Amino acid sequence: MKLLTGNDLKTGFVTWWTGADWSLHIEDAADVGEAGEAVLAVEEAARRVNAPYIIAGEATPDGPRPAHIKERIRALGPTVRPDLTLKPADPAAGDWVI
Amino acid sequence: MYKYDEYDQQMVDARVAEFADQVKRRLAGEITEDQFKPLRLMNGLYLQLHAYMLRVAVPYGTLDSRQMRMLAHIARKYDRDYGHFTTRQNIQYNWIKLEDAPAILADLASVEMHAIQTSGNCIRNISSDQWAGAAADELTDPRPWAELLRQWSSFHPEFSYLPRKFKIAVIAAEEDRAAMRLHDIGIQIVEKDGVHGAAFYVGGGMGRTPMIAPLIKDFVPLDDLLSYTEACLRVYNRYGRRDNIYKARIKILIHELGADEYRRQVEEEFAHVKSLGVDPPKAEFDRIAAQFAMPPLDASASDEIDRSDPDFAVWVDQNVAAHKVPGHAIVNISLKPLGGIPGDANSAQIDLMADLAERYSHDELRVTHAQNIVLPHVRKADLLAIWQALDAADLATPNLDLISDIIACPGLDYCSLANARSIPVAQKIAQRFADPARQRDLGELKLKISGCINACGHHHAGHIGILGVDRKGTENYQLLLGGSGAEDVSLGTITGPGFDEDGIVDAIERVTDKYLSERTDGERFVDTYRRVGMAPFKEAIYG
Ligand code: HEM
Ligand code: SF4
Repeated sequence: MKLLTGNDLKTGFVTWWTGADWSLHIEDAADVGEAGEAVLAVEEAARRVNAPYIIAGEATPDGPRPAHIKERIRALGPTVRPDLTLKPADPAAGDWVI
Repeated sequence: MYKYDEYDQQMVDARVAEFADQVKRRLAGEITEDQFKPLRLMNGLYLQLHAYMLRVAVPYGTLDSRQMRMLAHIARKYDRDYGHFTTRQNIQYNWIKLEDAPAILADLASVEMHAIQTSGNCIRNISSDQWAGAAADELTDPRPWAELLRQWSSFHPEFSYLPRKFKIAVIAAEEDRAAMRLHDIGIQIVEKDGVHGAAFYVGGGMGRTPMIAPLIKDFVPLDDLLSYTEACLRVYNRYGRRDNIYKARIKILIHELGADEYRRQVEEEFAHVKSLGVDPPKAEFDRIAAQFAMPPLDASASDEIDRSDPDFAVWVDQNVAAHKVPGHAIVNISLKPLGGIPGDANSAQIDLMADLAERYSHDELRVTHAQNIVLPHVRKADLLAIWQALDAADLATPNLDLISDIIACPGLDYCSLANARSIPVAQKIAQRFADPARQRDLGELKLKISGCINACGHHHAGHIGILGVDRKGTENYQLLLGGSGAEDVSLGTITGPGFDEDGIVDAIERVTDKYLSERTDGERFVDTYRRVGMAPFKEAIYG
C-alpha cells in the first residue's frame, strides 16, 4: 500500500492522510494507491501540511505499517522515550518499530 | 562573562521581530515552505522526525545561571520538559511548534541568547575549551578571542553565503579539549619568546571526508588575528567548491590545493586585508577581555577535601579537575547516567545546575563538546555539598572520559538524515560496562557514535567510534578504532564488516578485553592500539 505523510505546518507533528483529512495516528492512514500525487498537489497548495510525500507500507491486522524503520519511528515517536510516543501506556509499542 | 552592548541587543531584537513576521506569513499561507525554509533555518529552526527542532547557540559554551534557567523554562513551557546538549556546545529542543517559535526567540533574546547562525552556510557558533578561564594548564583565557570572532562573524555579509558551513574553535592550552584540529579553522593561542600569538590550523573536519587540519601558520601576532582569519575565509569563499556539496568544505579545497599553496594565497590576501583595518583597536579588545576577568576567587581558600564518603571520593577523582587558583576546582557534571540519553537533561536538572552555578560557581556554567556541563569556579570546600545536590538529581555519575561517557548524536530516534539509531546503542554499551570499577580499570576511553556519515557524534575521533549505516533497510553499525579529537588527534580506522545492535556491543567488549590483555603499564586504550596496531583487535573481533 501507499501512504501519504507530512508534518503539520503549525506544530510540526507527523500526520497521515486519511482519505479526507490528516490524522496524527497511522492507524487512520488510507491507502492512496495511484492517487497519491494528485492528493499531494492539492494538499501542498492548501498549505496545512509541510512537504508531504508518499511512502510504501503494508496493510496488517493492526493497521498500516510503513516499510522503512524511519517512517515507523516517525509514526510512533522516539524508541528511547516510550513516554513521549503516541502509545506511552503500551510497553510493547517499540517492538512494532523494529 | 560577556554582556551584550546595545548593538548586540538591537541586532538580536530586530531579528526576532523579523522572524515573528515571517512565521505569521507562513502560518497564514502567504509564503510557501520553499520560501520559508531558508528563513527558518537562519533562525535555527529545522524540521526533524517528530516536530520542528530548535538549535540555540551557546557562544563558546559559556552561560550564566539566568541563561541556563531560561533554557529550562523553554524546555518546560514549549517543549517536552527536556533539551539535548550537543557536541557543538549548543542545546537542541526536539518538539518545537512553529507557532511558538517567535515567543521562544523573544524569551531567548531577553537573556542575550539567540539561534542565529546555528544553521546554513555561514560561520557557526565559535567553540572553545570548556575549562577556559579556569584550567590550571592554560596560557590565557581563549574566550576574548572567541568573542571577538563571534562579533566579527555575526551577520558578516561577506561570509553569510559561504560554499558550506564553517566552524571555528579557539583554545589556549596544550591539552586540546575542543577537538580544535577537526574544525574548519582551529586557533591555538601559543607563546613564543614571552609573547602570545595564534597558531592557525585550517581545513579540518569530520563528515563523510574526515580530515585533520594542517598547520597553516605557527605564529600570527594577536593584533592580526582577525585579519588573518578573514584572509583564510576569503580564499575559501573565492575558490571553495560551490558546484558539489560533498566537496564544498574548506578541507577539500586545502586538500586539493595543498597546504603550501593555500598558505601562499592566504598570505597574499592577508597583505591586502591587513590594510583594511579589520582588527579592533586595542581599547576595544581590552573592553571585551575585561568582561572575561577571573571572578574574585579567594586564593587562600583551603585545599582540603573531606574524602570520608567513598562515593564522593570516587566522583572527585573522576569528575573534578584542577583549577588555576589554589583552593578551587572545576566540576564536570556528567549528562551520561547509566541507561540515560547522552546529553539530555530535563528542566528540573537544568534549573538545579543553574542554582548550583549561582551559589557555588560565580554564576557560570559551560557546555562541553562531550555533551556534559561544567561548573568552572568552585571552592574545594563546597565540593561535597555540590556532589550531594547533583547526586539527588541523578547528575553525579562519576564517569568523565570513561567508556560510558559516550558522545552520541540524536540518530534515527530524532534525526531525519539518520541511517540508524545511536542512542539505544549508547545505552546498551553503558549497561554492558555498568560496573564502575570495570570502567575505571579500562581508564580513559572515548567512545563516540554517529547515526550517519555526517559524523555529528564525532565517531571518527573516538578511541572507539561507531557509525550507523543502512544495510538494505536495517540498522547496521561499523566499528572504528584509534581516533582522537584531543592534542594527539587522529582518525579512526574501520575494523571490517559491520554488526547489528547487539553484535556491536559484543564486538566492543572483545576489543576492550583484548586491550586489557595487551596493555602495558599506564597505557590508555588508544596508546595500546597505536602500539600494537589493528591486527590483534581484528583477530579478537572476527576470529
Ligand atoms: C538533528 C539534526 C541535525 C542535522 C540535520 C545535522 C546535519 C549535519 C550535517 C548535514 C553535517 C555534515 C556537514 C558536512 O560534512 O559538510 C553535520 C555535521 C556535524 N554536526 Fe550535525 N546535524 C544535526 C544534529 C547535530 C547534533 C545534535 C550535533 C551535536 C551532538 C551536531 C554536530 C555536528 C558536528 C560536530 C558535525 C561535524 C562537523 C564537521 O564536519 O566538521 N549535529 N550535521
Ligand atoms: S550524524 Fe547523522 S544521524 Fe547523527 S545527528 Fe548528524 S545527521 Fe543526524
